[in-house]
Amino acid sequence: MCLGVPGRVVTVNGSTAEVDFWGVIKHIRLEICDEPVVPGDYVLNHVGFAIRRIPPEDIGATLAMYDELLGRSRLDDLMAEDIRCELGAAGDDT
Amino acid sequence: MTANADRLEFRDPVRGAALEAALATHARALGRSPVSIMHVCGSHEQAIARFGLRAAFPPELDVMMGPGCPVCVTDVPEVDEAVALALQGVRIATYGDMLRVPGTSKSLADARATGARVDVVYGVIQAVELARACSEPLVFFASGFETTAVATAAVLRADPPPNFSVLSAHKYIPPVMEIVAEMPGSKIEGFLAAGHAAAITGWGVFERFVERHRIPVVVAGFEPLDILAALVRLVELIAAGTPTVENMFPRCVSREGNREAQRALWEVFAPQGGRWRGIAHVPNGNLRLRDEYAAWDARRRFDIDLDGLAGDAPPGLAAQCQCGDIMAGIASPHDCELFGRECTPDAPVGACMVSSEGACKIWHRYGGHPDLRQIQRRA
Repeated sequence: MCLGVPGRVVTVNGSTAEVDFWGVIKHIRLEICDEPVVPGDYVLNHVGFAIRRIPPEDIGATLAMYDELLGRSRLDDLMAEDIRCELGAAGDDT
Repeated sequence: MTANADRLEFRDPVRGAALEAALATHARALGRSPVSIMHVCGSHEQAIARFGLRAAFPPELDVMMGPGCPVCVTDVPEVDEAVALALQGVRIATYGDMLRVPGTSKSLADARATGARVDVVYGVIQAVELARACSEPLVFFASGFETTAVATAAVLRADPPPNFSVLSAHKYIPPVMEIVAEMPGSKIEGFLAAGHAAAITGWGVFERFVERHRIPVVVAGFEPLDILAALVRLVELIAAGTPTVENMFPRCVSREGNREAQRALWEVFAPQGGRWRGIAHVPNGNLRLRDEYAAWDARRRFDIDLDGLAGDAPPGLAAQCQCGDIMAGIASPHDCELFGRECTPDAPVGACMVSSEGACKIWHRYGGHPDLRQIQRRA
């Protein structure tokens, strides 16, 4: 669960944000993020919290590994499972 | 979000081959074997095993996983506290992996089988939602290192419901590195530090360790090339005999770290000494709630009765489990007689086979032999 999961910020509402993870929208809390975020930014999320804003130049390389893990993995792949758990840990409420 | 060619830098074959060659050259130049390097993160072990990186490591290099699995190092008395609370009728919420970690005589799964209410959650946010949806007391049995403890801290700072409380088994990584480095017979010559934990604490947190132990620390990301590059730097530092902290994950980690997260962490938690399962007593290794948060501390809110759990002897196989030696870097999963035989993910004997961050489960899932050199030698 140390890997975290990257997602794109859609809207910011005070200390929470709607974040898009491969088309799934989740509610993420922002109060411990290292930098302020705006819609369009990518953030790294861990157990429902954004822990850092991903610099724009690193977004492509960061997403590539996750795309591979989620797209080509066996169903019992531990890293893909961790990513799914990270998504599960984020809020669903609107 | 789909991969395309310009995004595949993390496994760029040209850069990968260059790093592999550099690692081999530097490792050979050390003139001794094996040179032991420890990492302390389940995600690092997952990446090393899943992407077959050990096949790229030179034979002189022994890269092992240390106590980097928070579920695995949750000690028996901590599990007992959760089991006792559950058996006393208190509703517990925790991570799925925590359910099967053995206590003195029972796990939370055993308690649930006898009628105790134990909910599986993905994280602290769901635990709070469960508490909000009921009026009875709900205890979140919290595990995880500093990266995860920050989330628990942030929730406790944000006015959680009065029926919510936390039984903290959160742990803090920097102190256990000292313990493992000081263990008699320790051959560790360098540490890889976990990038996302260091994103919170900052790489400066390792400076004191390096000063005291004269062992270099390199902060590494989780992509295969991040890990290879960090190992190259680590072997260079070992060769130079000038131990320092180096940050090979600068896009994520700074010297100071995430100050807002640190503020939340240390406002809510205080470091305390305590045992880590299979390792030792670790001074300042446990994160416990400060007095200001006593109202949400399950240890202070409930009279936890451990007497009923004390008498039973542990199951016989557990005595042979080598989880402790594996996490201390003294043994590998393949040294354990139980690995893959009596101990499997479906029927785990030790905590390292329970958790997805445990070395045994990781090695078992990715073929049991992530070290492809073994396969090449046989071929």
